[in-house]
Amino acid sequence: MILLIFGAVQLGLIYALMAMGNYISFRILNIPDLTVDGSFALGMAVSVMTAISGHPLLALVFAALAGACAGLVTGFLQTKVGINPILAGVLTMTALYSVNLFIMQGKANQSLFGHNTIFSMLENLGLSKNASRTVVVLVIAVLVAAVLAVFFKTRFGIAIRATGDNEEMVRSSSINANATKCVGFALANACVALSGGLVCQYNQSADTGYGSGMLVVGLASVIIGEAVFRHGGVTRGLYAVLTGAVLYQLIIALALKVELLPAYGLKFVSASIVTIALAMPKIKSIIGDVIKRKKEGV
Amino acid sequence: MAAVLQLKEIYKTFHKGTVNEKRALNGVSLDVEKGDFITIIGSNGAGKSTLFNAICGSFPIDQGKIILDGRDITRLSDYKRAYDIGRLFQDPMKGTAPHMTIEENMALAYCRKTSSTFFAVNKKDSAYFRELLAQLDLGLEDRMKTKIGLLSGGQRQAVSLLMSTISDPKLLLLDEHTAALDPATAKKVLAITVDIVEKTQTATMMITHDIRAALELGNRTIMMDEGKIILDIKGEERANMTVENLLALYSKESKKQLANDRILFSTQK
Ligand SMILES: Nc1ncnc2c1ncn2[C@@H]1O[C@H](COP(=O)(O)OP(=O)(O)O)[C@@H](O)[C@H]1O
Ligand SMILES: [Mg+2]
Repeated sequence: MILLIFGAVQLGLIYALMAMGNYISFRILNIPDLTVDGSFALGMAVSVMTAISGHPLLALVFAALAGACAGLVTGFLQTKVGINPILAGVLTMTALYSVNLFIMQGKANQSLFGHNTIFSMLENLGLSKNASRTVVVLVIAVLVAAVLAVFFKTRFGIAIRATGDNEEMVRSSSINANATKCVGFALANACVALSGGLVCQYNQSADTGYGSGMLVVGLASVIIGEAVFRHGGVTRGLYAVLTGAVLYQLIIALALKVELLPAYGLKFVSASIVTIALAMPKIKSIIGDVIKRKKEGV
Repeated sequence: MAAVLQLKEIYKTFHKGTVNEKRALNGVSLDVEKGDFITIIGSNGAGKSTLFNAICGSFPIDQGKIILDGRDITRLSDYKRAYDIGRLFQDPMKGTAPHMTIEENMALAYCRKTSSTFFAVNKKDSAYFRELLAQLDLGLEDRMKTKIGLLSGGQRQAVSLLMSTISDPKLLLLDEHTAALDPATAKKVLAITVDIVEKTQTATMMITHDIRAALELGNRTIMMDEGKIILDIKGEERANMTVENLLALYSKESKKQLANDRILFSTQK
């Protein structure tokens, strides 16, 4: 049981990186970014190949950079080419499927068994398997959240936030809103790909299909986090997302443990959580109407 | 005196070649001098806002030249022009980012001219913002960490006004910026506007539908109709102009039914 909770928290912290990426595009830029499914798998692909060649740490850096490039492409398609944001994301995601297969040399699966990972490196220093896993993911997740929190207070950072809030105002402040969008997407997908890169080293395998549905899992984490923390500034938002991702994995792990649902039901659950959360304003207004009518009737 | 803004024969037609074809700017030429405070009047659809959009680069113009402070900006992108142009809209929601604080909004507007610091919100700039906000006399200087979306329309517009003048623009464009506010607030925001323009001596163009205000404020008045400037008065001619005469002139020049017009309506207040 303890092991189960540990595992869920570790996975939650890794997925928190992806959820932060979703938070950046969905909440800060205010544009849903469908690149995510592709860039998650991209992170895996880059990470697995670099780790196999013997550089597990560099693998994470490369994964993040590759993700940033994917984000830039989506941003470019939206801003310069003028493609609808949803479609731009789908196009990049679709193209990434081939790119990922290319990176993995045509194989849909790649195993990392027998190769060094960032986790095994720490184990070699004398830490237990569980401790090294926890330390690595905790340090990375908290560090990334902290760096992002600081970044969104810098000049360029607030320009990105303002772009999602009022693009017109950003332009009239003589700031290139196309650039802020592109950088925002790059940052978001760097987080997502880093998450993918870590998952692959954690599971010691990469799979080109692993990313599918990640967008919804990320959004579910964002929404759970916000439900717990309520809305606040960006810093609070980022830590809310981190918590939300961990909670989400805990809930899922427990649900699986007590056999509340089969493993293949997971995506259905995440989709339901997001749907219900997005439907909440509508549901509230309908309930409000009913109550009002009842009162007036009396 | 050197012209801050020169417009040379500007033409703009929307939806060219379709049934919706609309010639919105029909050869507009204008020199805005340093220190000019121009009020602009004209009926709905006369092309006033379109003129501002053309100056700001919201769309490419079909023909003509736009020169700002000696520099040809006709082909410059909108955000680059914004470096030297401050702009305010009728809708108070347009000028500010609602989910960000007053301080952050001002910091963003101030970005282009202030010395670059790592954090957008910093002590030195905040002190300056506080000082500016205090001059508004709306008590906003004590609410700098409040999200702008929580302010009233008038308060938002007042802050937007500060934001559009904070980095010393060469040109300030005001598009009926008090029209959406209640009369008392509108008066206050207008007073603040005049105050700022006088203090900074920024060349200003202000669209208004209040003919009385158009003659009282500023030093020059322009009337537009069907994409053209049909009247441009200043000095003695303007001083001797009455609202009635202006309306008469308006009806003569544009041959329109005044009774249908918003201008008349707004002078009856
Ligand atoms: N972006 C646009 N697309 C199509 N038509 C436009 C556009 N902007 C303005 N127009 C048309 O140009 C004319 C002038 O509009 P406008 O400049 O907004 O008038 P106003 O003097 O009331 O501000 C109107 O007929 C308007 O419908
Ligand atoms: Mg208008």
